[in-house]
Amino acid sequence: MEPLGGEHRSGSEGEQEPSSPSRSDLSVEPRAERVERSPDNSLPSGAAGNTRPAIEIRDLTISYRDQPVLWDVDLEVPPGVLMAVVGPNGAGKTTLIKSILGLIRPAAGEVLINGGPYQEHRKEIAYVPQRGSVDWDFPTSVLDVVMMGLYAQIGWFRRPSARHRAAALDALAHTGMADFAGRQISQLSGGQQQRVFLSRALVQGASIYIMDEPFQGVDATTERTIVDLLQTLRANGNTVVVVHHDLQTVPEYFDWALLLNVRRIAAGPVTAVFTEENLRATYGGRVPWSHNRTDQSFVSDRSDPSGQTPG
Amino acid sequence: MLAVQASGSFIGLDFTLRTVALGAAVLGVVSGTLGSWAVLRGRSLLGDAISHAALPGIAIAFLLTGQRTPLTLAIGAGASGWLGAMLILGITDRSRVPHDAALGLVLSVFFGVGMVLLTFIQRLPSGTQAGLDTFLFGQAAALLPREVIMMLILGAAAILATVVFWKEFKLLSFDPEFGRSIGLPMRRLDFFLTSLLVVAIVIGLQAVGVVLMSAILVAPAAAARQWSNRLEVIAPLAAVFGAGAGVTGALLSASLPHTPTGPTIVLCAGGIMLVSLFFAPGRGLVANAIRMRRVRRGLRDLGLLEDLFTLARKHADPLHPHRTAVLRAMTSTPETVSPGLRHLEQRGWARRTGPDSWGLTPGGWEAALTRFGPNGDQQPGRNPA
Repeated sequence: MEPLGGEHRSGSEGEQEPSSPSRSDLSVEPRAERVERSPDNSLPSGAAGNTRPAIEIRDLTISYRDQPVLWDVDLEVPPGVLMAVVGPNGAGKTTLIKSILGLIRPAAGEVLINGGPYQEHRKEIAYVPQRGSVDWDFPTSVLDVVMMGLYAQIGWFRRPSARHRAAALDALAHTGMADFAGRQISQLSGGQQQRVFLSRALVQGASIYIMDEPFQGVDATTERTIVDLLQTLRANGNTVVVVHHDLQTVPEYFDWALLLNVRRIAAGPVTAVFTEENLRATYGGRVPWSHNRTDQSFVSDRSDPSGQTPG
Repeated sequence: MLAVQASGSFIGLDFTLRTVALGAAVLGVVSGTLGSWAVLRGRSLLGDAISHAALPGIAIAFLLTGQRTPLTLAIGAGASGWLGAMLILGITDRSRVPHDAALGLVLSVFFGVGMVLLTFIQRLPSGTQAGLDTFLFGQAAALLPREVIMMLILGAAAILATVVFWKEFKLLSFDPEFGRSIGLPMRRLDFFLTSLLVVAIVIGLQAVGVVLMSAILVAPAAAARQWSNRLEVIAPLAAVFGAGAGVTGALLSASLPHTPTGPTIVLCAGGIMLVSLFFAPGRGLVANAIRMRRVRRGLRDLGLLEDLFTLARKHADPLHPHRTAVLRAMTSTPETVSPGLRHLEQRGWARRTGPDSWGLTPGGWEAALTRFGPNGDQQPGRNPA
């Protein structure tokens, strides 16, 4: 697997962004309650030392028909953080990550990946869609699905080679799914499906990982496996952005958070932004243009996942 | 037709029959292969809409050129079928009209226009010998060598394209959004695969007809899906099924008087589908029923073993027999106790000690012990051994 990340940023020193205030917060952030993972050389490594934001969003506005789904969102995700995106249903979480991936064209604003447009930095970003977005009865094997992460690298008119197969097996080993390589995907449990999707992202060897609800409907063991993997990815200097629903686990799993409800409510280190006040602003209160929504009650005990459907 | 009947046998295969059989085989192979993608993508009915939408193109091509050469009609059919497909995809993409509504709309409007034009053509002096109405239900017996050659070339090109873009089409069918995220032009691939579907339909129209063309796309693919869980097996198998149905149907219709080819081919494909639906191992309904029955019976037997074990643990001698009435009282399905005990006896776990009393065997005691644990509280199937 070709290590991606640092190599791609040669020549970026000349045009560094001034470091944002949130960036300096990162260095002083206490991480007492979290186990620090040590880097794993067999996993992709990013470029945490770089000062340029891994993802930079400016004035992003997106609307489906007449209602804005995202309104004037600004966001800087520094490299090497593990960021949770939280917010109620309909807050625009999935829309946000799809616009980061260039899957949705914004009405206004722009998204920069490692300082450039998505098209130029596509190889530095890996996407883990919602598990339910595909038909798991599709007649293919686990190994085949993971190799799909390599299709762009393999190129047109070519078949996957032994090298690609080995890379896919390696990625499966990292999610504890090596024994399932030959299995039909219809025979997988929900947690196993999620790990297959994670493997498909790992095999891409990216430095930025975007995940849409990877913990949805998985058991505690799988959740632990995924969290360990995400934290190792972060320890390797990669940037990981996760749409997350379980507010209770945010401080434990993540070091960075974006609170989103159509507008950006707050973003930064979890210790700084994950406050009662910000959560009330995200989940409670009424936003003027969403008076017809009914799903925005404040989550007082912080444990309610606030619904199952994508935001 | 008369010449065909005169030849009298399938094995002899005179020149006309050979032409017909070859044409039907080509159409079956191409429809089976491209139909597999359509079925797996949940786009089965798109093929139906495309084939109906091809009718006005055939009529217009004849009106414009005044002749019915295979290439002219194929171009006409392809163009209007393709236009219909793009309209459906475009309407679904850009408006709030649901996919099935767009499909039904395009299908019926295009087909209606086609029928009006066809009626008009039949009133023309040249219209009766045009014989365009054979495109409704197909007439494989009328296939000419030059038509079959055209089918062969188009079909080979379509199959080759499918093989070349196999992995991209697979990704398109499984997870198009992920494909876009890694930078593959999913929209163009979708467009291309749909165009190949149009080619497959054009190939089959002459023999099967616009009305039933979708069946020969869907049936072999759906049948093949029953037999395998691997796309690499399903598509070739669907091609074989398609060819089988095509050749059988075409020969049957050619040898029986007044039998339209399209319906005959479709009946053959339907037969293959029906057999696969019921008798395929794994996904077949019969295999499913047998498996369910076995599982249910196995669980019932296990429950009975547990009941015997419960009684045995309360007794000084674990092998002491108990009355079946007691066992019947312990379960919610007392009628299953007697057959269940006989199953346990066959496995050597229980033995009959009297006309109405049963006990565990030493082997049955061991089996229960490993499954339920010494206290009988272990989950069966998760024995630590």
